[in-house]
Formats: sequence, C-alpha cells, structure tokens
Amino acid sequence: MSGQAPEISSDVALVPRDLAPGVARLPRRRRSRHRPAWEEPPSRVGAVVKFVVLAGVVLAVVFPLWTVIVTSLSTQAETIRVGGLVTVPGELTLNAYRQILSGGIVTRAALVSTGVTAVGTLLSTVVSVLAAFGLSRPSSLWHRPILFVFLITMFFGAGMIPTYLLVSGLGLINSYWALILPGAVSAFNVLILRNFFMGIDNAILDAARIDGAGDWRILGAIVLPMSRAVTAVVALFYGVGYWNAFFNAILYINDNAKWPLQLVLRSYVLQGVTLPGSGVGQVDVASGAVTGLPIKMAVMVLAIVPILVVYPFVQRHFTKGVIFGAIKG
Amino acid sequence: MSIGQVVRRRGEVPDPVAEGAGAPAPSARGKIPVRKVSFAARLRRDGALLVMVLPAVVLLAVFAYVPMLGNVIAWQQYSPYTGFVNSPFIGWANFERVFSNPLFLDSVENTLVITAFQLVFFFPVPIILALLLNSVVTPRIRTTIQSIVYLPHFFSWVLVVTIFQQIFGGAGLVNQTLRDAGMGAGFDLMTNPDTFLVLITMQSVWKDAGWGIIIFLAALSTVPPEQYEAAACDGAGRWRRMWHVTLPALRPVIILLLILRLGDALTVGFEQLILQRGAVGSDVAEVIDTFVYYQGVIYGDWSFAAAAGLVKGVVSLLLVLGANKLAHVFGESGVYQKS
Repeated sequence: MSGQAPEISSDVALVPRDLAPGVARLPRRRRSRHRPAWEEPPSRVGAVVKFVVLAGVVLAVVFPLWTVIVTSLSTQAETIRVGGLVTVPGELTLNAYRQILSGGIVTRAALVSTGVTAVGTLLSTVVSVLAAFGLSRPSSLWHRPILFVFLITMFFGAGMIPTYLLVSGLGLINSYWALILPGAVSAFNVLILRNFFMGIDNAILDAARIDGAGDWRILGAIVLPMSRAVTAVVALFYGVGYWNAFFNAILYINDNAKWPLQLVLRSYVLQGVTLPGSGVGQVDVASGAVTGLPIKMAVMVLAIVPILVVYPFVQRHFTKGVIFGAIKG
Repeated sequence: MSIGQVVRRRGEVPDPVAEGAGAPAPSARGKIPVRKVSFAARLRRDGALLVMVLPAVVLLAVFAYVPMLGNVIAWQQYSPYTGFVNSPFIGWANFERVFSNPLFLDSVENTLVITAFQLVFFFPVPIILALLLNSVVTPRIRTTIQSIVYLPHFFSWVLVVTIFQQIFGGAGLVNQTLRDAGMGAGFDLMTNPDTFLVLITMQSVWKDAGWGIIIFLAALSTVPPEQYEAAACDGAGRWRRMWHVTLPALRPVIILLLILRLGDALTVGFEQLILQRGAVGSDVAEVIDTFVYYQGVIYGDWSFAAAAGLVKGVVSLLLVLGANKLAHVFGESGVYQKS
C-alpha cells in the first residue's frame, strides 16, 4: 500500500488460485499487499471516494440487519419510546424469542421449514451428485442424450399452470413433498458438479479401476472426498432454495398449520395479519403481542439465522465451486 | 475390468460441455484407436453409471417433462372435473383470447419496462463494484467486503421485502427519522406506484448486486498481470489500462450475462412482485408471471393461463437462442457452443 514493492513479478500472484487446480498446491497466498511498481498510487480524492463507496455498500448490507437484530432484542416499551425500529441498543431482552419459540405457529413453521430443508437438501444433493458422476465419464453409454435431457430443462420451463395441475393431480397438495419434489433436481447444479468431476485427473480414477474398484466405489472413496467443497456449495444452494421457498408453499400448501416459515413471515410480519389459530398452541394473541415490533423482528431473525450459521463455512468455497463449474455451464 | 477397457474409457470424443468449460484439449494420446465394443458390453460396463443417473432422470421426467406435455390444455377447454383426456380441444381460441386481452398486454408492457429499467440501472452495478473491489490492494479487506456483500443473495424475497418495508414503509425507519426531524410523515415508498420501478430495482440491487460481483472478479483474476505491466510500459495511464486491458477481459462474461438476461427478459422477479402487487396495485406490478398465476390458480381459467404461460416460455426460448446466435456472430462463445 505505502511504498512500492521492489520484487514485483514474484509478488504479484494474480494467478487465479481458485480457478487453476494445479495452483492449489502452492502455499496459500493471495494477491500481494503491495502495489506493483508500474501502478501509480491512487490520488487522494480517488482513495477517499473509493473508501466512501465501499463503506457505503458494506453499511447498506449490515445496517438493516443490525436494526432488525437489535429491535428483536429490545423491549416493546423501547420500540414505542423510539417510535419504531431501534438502532441504538438500550434495554435488551430475549422475551420476543421466548414468545415465538414457546410452541406457537411460528415454532411449528420453523420446524416445518427445517424438516423440508433437511430432507430436501439431502435428497437433492444425493441425486445430483449421482447424476453428475454418472454423466461425467467421457464416452459412457448414452451420456449425450441424457445430458441433453438435463440441458433442455434449463432453457424451457414447462410453466406454472401445468406444473400446478400435475402436483395437484398427484395428490401432493398440502403435502410437504410438494415443497420438495418439483424442484428437487436443478440441471444447473448437476452441471456444476459434473464439470468439477470431469476436472479430476483421469489417472487417479484409472488407477482405482485397475485396482478393481467399481463406479460406486470410485465415487464414494475417491471422487466425493476430492469434491467436498463443490458438493458443499451445491448443497448450500439447494438448502437455501428450500429454506427460502415461498411461492411453492403458496401454491401447494393451503393448510396454514403446515405453513413454512416464509409464509408466516409474509402474513405475520409483512402484511401484519393476525394468524388465525389453527387449534393447538397459537401465538399469544391475548397480550396484544402480535403486533409487537420485537416479535416481528424476532421472526425475521429466525428466518435469517440458519443462513448465517451455515454461510461462513461454505462461503470461502464459493469462487471455487461456482466459477469452476458455472462460468460456461 | 481389463486395461483395455480403461483405455477405451478415455474420452476420445470431446464433450460439448467440457469444451465449453475450457477443459484442456484432448492430448495426442487420445488418438488410440477405438475398438468396437458391443452394446451389451457397454451396457455392462456403464450400467452402474446409468443407475446413478436414473433418479435424477425420473424426477426430471415427472416434474419437468410431464408438465411440458401438460401444456396441451392451452388448446383445450380444460376443466379439472373433465381432466386432460376428456376436455374438448378448441384450437387456438385460448391464444386468441390471450392476445386480445388488454390486461395481458398491460402485463407484457410492465414486464418489458421493468426489464429495461433493471438492465440500465441494475446490470452495471456489479461490474462497477467488481472493478472497485478489484482495486482494493489489501487481501483481508477485500475478502471481508466480499463475504458481506454476498450475503443478501441468500435471503428470501419475503425477507428482503420485509426489510425494505421496515425501513422505507409508512411506519419505517426513514419515516420515523423524518418525523423526529419534524419534516412531515408522508413518506411511504412501499405503496407508491410512481416510484415502484425504483423501489424494486433498489431491492434487486441490495439482494443480488453483491452476488453478481463474483463472476466478474473471477474473470478479472484471470487477466495476466504482464498485460497491465506492458500497457503501463507503453505509457497507458490508469483509465487507459482499464479500457484496453480490464474491460476486454470482462467482455465475454458481460455478453454471457446479457444473453442470460435477455432469455429472462419476460421473467422479472416473480416472488418479489407477487409480494408487493397488493401494496402498489396491479397497474404497475402485474407482470406476465403474476398474470398467469392470477388467471389460472386464483380465477381457475386454467387453459387461458396455460396459453399465456406457454407464449411466455416459447418467446423466452426464442430470445435465448437468438441472443446466443448473435453472440456467435460477434465472435463470442455465448452460453453454449455450436456443436
């Protein structure tokens, strides 16, 4: 940053470490801290503008989340005193969370979402990995026509109405399977995995084959352990898809006892609807807490938390997983 | 399994998708003559692979291809009681209804306006951010910013719209601040049809601009530094280097994304719009997808809605194919290769 580095060429490691598999064995080293000699230092105005813009971008993401979290932890009285969202934490309490997690419709919705996400992600990931590996061996029987079957679905969707009629024809309305099966396989994710599998050195697989390993064994013992990062990224994509699924739920789930969290979020927080009691354990309406801002914000936080928990573990693989397979998917 | 089989496995036939991914060209050793293998032998050899593909193919067949066939109801007077088989065929009547329906034409117009607006005000944002981020020298700061701006991409639209409502809505933070400052309290961005375009573009930018960076950063990281060095030696300043080195490196990606965008021209954030259609009214928020949803699922005019959806699907397909052709004409590789 400050001075100019004398040893430019060795230090400017612009090689896309994440892109080239061979480079991955080099010591973990990203781009240099130093500006190459030929590059002039930024003007003072330029540096300030750059800093302001980037800080603004970061703030635009962080600030809303901050207020949502702080408000969810505040007391109802605090929100009334401030007149809305709380930005500066005052008196903090976990009341809102205690209330929504004490077995009401929000609790149930969170469980539904968790279950659908877990089952769906597992199913989708397993099916996609298998398909990707099955299509990744060059010149295997029928792999071209089958690949074509996958590709077509990326360019032409069947449309909402026929899909809806199919799902209802299969009797899946109000069934959790309606949230899982229609979108269980994404051709795009299969291609990401397949491209990665195809990048694995054939010599390794040949060696295993000579040692007598079948395709199942090769996939389980060699390919999968080598592709943990991509598999994790694809699983995250699927998982986030299931967790966030909102429109499928609107279409296929009429019974609000079976609502996933996103639908509760919409009715309860966005539209401010008081949820109709669905028999057992409804949200504590009596105290008037339904309209309470902290509770609304707590529901929002509940919808974010799983993503925040998984995100850091998968995030560093994004470039590798996404770009490697997708840049020319 | 014999070595002979292993050799045969080596792909002599370059694969279309692998080619697209820029896989290394098949080596000279790939010229080993292929012995003819009988079908039975190939089936035995690749049986396991076919079994692996089977579940995915079944799922796609049921949930992607059967509905494609289900589009026949667009030519029928479909009723859930009579079903696909017994509903009478009525020719192109549904399509005629679609094209003479003023609400449909409005929804097409809204869709195109939204797409055009987002193309101008959303599309360049990730490119600019990526260039900016790429110029940050400190690796730690760069990766930190990256992981923060990627995050909103993983939030649901419900959440994004709710966050916007809490901040820009009638009871939102901005209004609250204005009120405290004694500047009146009439501010409600969420329900104003006049500024709806701006609102949804802001939401898209907030949610996805950060994620859009990733592909440009990857493209930038493939530029050999020697090119910059050489340009600098030739006397190119910062801006000329950006113009002659950086932007050409981004060109294929930009074209690729424009093509994808064009293919999606008739699809504008469905969930995003259906969530807000109620608040701003259907005049500005009705797009083709929401039109199809309301006509079909809500009003039960299945055949009519299916026809409208089919029109959209076919036009989108033609747009992608056409745009890709255009990319080939301009010498770019596009989404898929000619093969």
